[in-house]
Amino acid sequence: MRDAVALGAAVGAYGLSFGAAATTAGLSVVQACALSLLVFTGASQFALVGVLGAGGGAVPAVVSGLLLGARNTLYSVRLADLLRLPRARRPLAAHLTIDESTAMATAAPPGLAAVGFWATGLAVFALWNLATVVGALGAGVVDVRALGLDAAVGAAFLGLLALQVRDRGTVVVGAVGAAVAALAVPFTPAGLPVLLAGAAVAPAVLRAGR
Amino acid sequence: MSETWAAVLVLAAGAYLLKLAGWLLPAAVFESRRVRRGALLLPVALLAALVVVQTFTDGRALVLDARAAGLAAGAVAVALRAPFLVLVGVAAATAALVRTLT
Repeated sequence: MRDAVALGAAVGAYGLSFGAAATTAGLSVVQACALSLLVFTGASQFALVGVLGAGGGAVPAVVSGLLLGARNTLYSVRLADLLRLPRARRPLAAHLTIDESTAMATAAPPGLAAVGFWATGLAVFALWNLATVVGALGAGVVDVRALGLDAAVGAAFLGLLALQVRDRGTVVVGAVGAAVAALAVPFTPAGLPVLLAGAAVAPAVLRAGR
Repeated sequence: MSETWAAVLVLAAGAYLLKLAGWLLPAAVFESRRVRRGALLLPVALLAALVVVQTFTDGRALVLDARAAGLAAGAVAVALRAPFLVLVGVAAATAALVRTLT
């Protein structure tokens, strides 16, 4: 229960900052809400609006978002094995396959994994979309720079990054990614530095073997 | 249709197919260690790059402004394992404060 309240507060805050970031980046309120309803995976949504806001164009923005969404495929492989859902339920389960629902399903005691997955997925979906609307509308009526909200977006990425960093390998990859992006910014069009940083994982992936 | 709407809808379709793939395809398709390593490491590299681009750039210039102070305060919040709301709030408040002072 305490986990649920903490998770709800985190999703609410994250959704508010996404809604604000999206409209600050130049998207309409409807576009911000469409992203939360249809994409429903926070890091990918943030990446799309981040790259679009920096003037990066649609293609690098979408590719950045898709690369960040690739981890959801690993989640769904794990969940398919854990929950053994009937085929008819899988299309809906797929939409709710995100960091939070996967974490709750895998952490739940045996027998409660499915309840944990559906309850978390549906609750996060409702809260995430509600918070997006509020954040998107709110950012339109305040002075984004005066409140430091532009700085909050970078901090939000840092918070997401901290969740993904697990061992020394990930620390090195993060540092290399940041360095590649910084070096590329003066020489490449907006959007490309983030994609080049993605390419920086290639040596680590090739070394992992088949 | 505007370019932004196209980006929103293509990302929506692609992100959904990425999620659906693991539910429908046999697990053996994803058993390669390279695939797993790639899917785990890509977010790390991309998020680190996004931190840099959001905080230290203005167009094609690398800059150090109030956003960097906000990020530093946010990093302290991360190190203290503060909740997401606190992290975002502290970063915004610090950047706002630096702007009023300078």
